[in-house]
Amino acid sequence: MADKEGPPHPGVAQYVEIGVILAVLTGIEVSMYIFRDALSRAITTPTLLVLTAMKFLLVVLWFMHLRFDHKMFRRVFFFGVVLATVVFGIVGANFYLGGIGF
Amino acid sequence: MAAEIHAAQPESHATTLGVSNEKLGMWVFIGSECLFFGAMIATYLLYVGRANDGPTPRTIFDIPFTSVSTFILLMSSLGMVLALAAVQAGDMRRFRVWILATALLGGTFLSGQFYEFTVFVAEGMKLETSPFTSAFFMLTSFHGLHVAIGILMLVSLWAASMGGRITEQRSEVVENVGLYWHFVDIVWILIFTVIYLIPVG
Repeated sequence: MADKEGPPHPGVAQYVEIGVILAVLTGIEVSMYIFRDALSRAITTPTLLVLTAMKFLLVVLWFMHLRFDHKMFRRVFFFGVVLATVVFGIVGANFYLGGIGF
Repeated sequence: MAAEIHAAQPESHATTLGVSNEKLGMWVFIGSECLFFGAMIATYLLYVGRANDGPTPRTIFDIPFTSVSTFILLMSSLGMVLALAAVQAGDMRRFRVWILATALLGGTFLSGQFYEFTVFVAEGMKLETSPFTSAFFMLTSFHGLHVAIGILMLVSLWAASMGGRITEQRSEVVENVGLYWHFVDIVWILIFTVIYLIPVG
């Protein structure tokens, strides 16, 4: 059994395409900072988080080949991400519920 | 017998799990690093509002400068995949160019971070100034340490290729170093938004 389960790894052209998309998404993020006074925080914060998630997934799925490689790698990585999110949630909940005294 | 099968099929792996142990090990390491940085970012978010009388994110961060650094690190990830594509195609000259370009971009990012730290310290933002500054320096320094280790690995790959130890058949080592490098990049993608853009925006 090989490491690669899905379609073949992207070629140079597709890597460059992804690189351009990442640059554009970063440009949008920075534009939101530049025009922050004209935008409501209720719009900028969720939009920035969505843009970040898109960049994160583009790098993980294409540059790190998780979309193309064996599903075991995907499980191992996202298990770590889920655990990190749980830790994040527990710390945050403790803080907001007053369980941690600073 | 297993070794014969492996030699006959370079794409396959004669391991119990059917996947490369080295690559799986790198993914397990990256998974554990998610927890490490997740905890660091959570800690930062808890302390971000505790600046005492010291600088706050809004008064100290230089977003245009950090945006350029972020762009440089992002483009280094592109350099890394182009280096991988080159070695997989057996084009060692192009591989060496891209791997050095990636290391150079990483070095530029790190220099930018060092410059940013010196500016912060000059403006009175030190490790011990407030819980916010401690958490900030701990998080970004650990990330910088990861970048520095990544640069060492990239330069080692370049040196190994000069000695003929990196070949098309042994491209997996490049892929594994690439995984580490991209991980460092995705951590910065999160830091840039959560630590720099959102509090200041």
